[in-house]
Amino acid sequence: MSYFGDIYKGIKTLLTGMSVTGKYFITARKGAITQQYPDNRETLKMFERFRGEVVMPHDENNEHRCTGCQKCEIACPNGSIEIIWDRQIDEETGKKKKMIDQHIYHLGMCTMCGLCIEACPTDAILWAQNYENSVYDRSQLTKVLNQSGSKLKAGVED
Amino acid sequence: MDTTIKNSNLKSEEYFINMGPQHPATHGVLRLLLTIDGEIIKKVEPDLGYIHRSIEKMCERDSYQQIVHLTDRMDYLSSHINNEAVCLTVEKALELEVPERVKVIRTIIGELTRIASHTLWWGVMGMDVGALTTYFYGFRDRELINDIFEETCGARLTMNYNIPGGLMFDIHPNFVKRTKDFIAHFKTKLPEYDTLLTGNVIFQKRMKGVGMLTKEDAISFGASGPVGRGSGYSCDVRKHHSYSAYDKVNFNEILKTEGDSFARYQVRIEEMWESMSIIEQLIDNIPEGDVQVATNAVIKLPKGEFYQKVETARGELGVYINSTGTKNPYRLKFRSPGFSNLSLLNHIAVGGKIGDLVASMATLDLVIPDIDR
Repeated sequence: MSYFGDIYKGIKTLLTGMSVTGKYFITARKGAITQQYPDNRETLKMFERFRGEVVMPHDENNEHRCTGCQKCEIACPNGSIEIIWDRQIDEETGKKKKMIDQHIYHLGMCTMCGLCIEACPTDAILWAQNYENSVYDRSQLTKVLNQSGSKLKAGVED
Repeated sequence: MDTTIKNSNLKSEEYFINMGPQHPATHGVLRLLLTIDGEIIKKVEPDLGYIHRSIEKMCERDSYQQIVHLTDRMDYLSSHINNEAVCLTVEKALELEVPERVKVIRTIIGELTRIASHTLWWGVMGMDVGALTTYFYGFRDRELINDIFEETCGARLTMNYNIPGGLMFDIHPNFVKRTKDFIAHFKTKLPEYDTLLTGNVIFQKRMKGVGMLTKEDAISFGASGPVGRGSGYSCDVRKHHSYSAYDKVNFNEILKTEGDSFARYQVRIEEMWESMSIIEQLIDNIPEGDVQVATNAVIKLPKGEFYQKVETARGELGVYINSTGTKNPYRLKFRSPGFSNLSLLNHIAVGGKIGDLVASMATLDLVIPDIDR
């Protein structure tokens, strides 16, 4: 008797579980949470705080806000940021001032911890929200963040 | 037929097989050396070192702000709680009192992390014992928590949201609404977990009486978290050594005395209800205020030894810092819950079948990067 009892009990619990899956089978379209990536690339938008990669925004005059204070370089735990700087003559004051030559960012080494952006006193670097960072050669992951010919925006001091 | 075996020289003997490091049921690069006789397990020897990244050594190199992001990579399913552990230790050493707002936000996100970790565990554990459906249901609900984290912290897994002295930035304006929506959603989904799996007779036969661990053994092996509580060992750090805002909320410590895999399963399911209750108590009255206490750009801890423990989703995580007064720790040691829980695997698996080993390992909820730092 208990043999058949077990079979009965087993089938009953099986059907109880299947009532849940059956419900979703019928209403699958309504509750679908999967995304049709990569077909939805045009509409897919990341949250504004999403950490994609570090970028340095430039304004329309090709001016950035990086003073070359190297605080981001010190804050970085794994040496993803290298700043090559030089003392150049400031056009306005005529005095020598620290200016960046190249702000080098190694995306391949970055752990997206966000300490550099927290450390930046002039908001010169920000997070970008791009989510496709794969390239064919790893040398492409080393980026120079300041554009060629760009200079420091007037009035930005750290 | 019997005579042929009797007369031949065939005899059974013990042999050993490798389970892992690429076995799907070990969830990561854990290698188990199994000594077996037929299908009866005689000995289980875990072999570690496949994902060793020398995190403790790297901590000696880094400043106290930089250490925090390394702990994300240990127990990646409760990364926020790991961050919190390091920050609490540094704050304890500096005798820094963080604002109430920080404590409450840390508690809410910590409990969300616990739910996220347990939902993933539930899905993966079901898959281990042969119920693939649970995998999708668990991940479906975890996805909503990941969205909350992504909106507020900027990342889904390695959040790095805590800094010594508070939080990196304030919560996102949508945080409260999203969390409430999630709680409302999950309250309808968690009973489905029970309907789908808990009552299933095949599942119960796989779980009940498998991987027996007595209270005495749980204590002597240093088990913590749901593994210890499934054996009746009251070891909830949130209750006994309260930190952050846990002293302000009412919640029960879930204790089961059976000590088998099913008890550990039930502890985790009921813990999700408790976590939801903790979040509900806090979400409506997050105090106003700053989210950071100003610290020096270079944090130097006073000379001495500091220890702080927290309750992660897997158990008790301890952070020990030995400081000589410089900007780096002289020695930093993590007491990870997974390592102690793995140490009792041999004890609970011997005498069982390989299938039982998979079931009891699934309820230990091992995360290998946490064991092998």
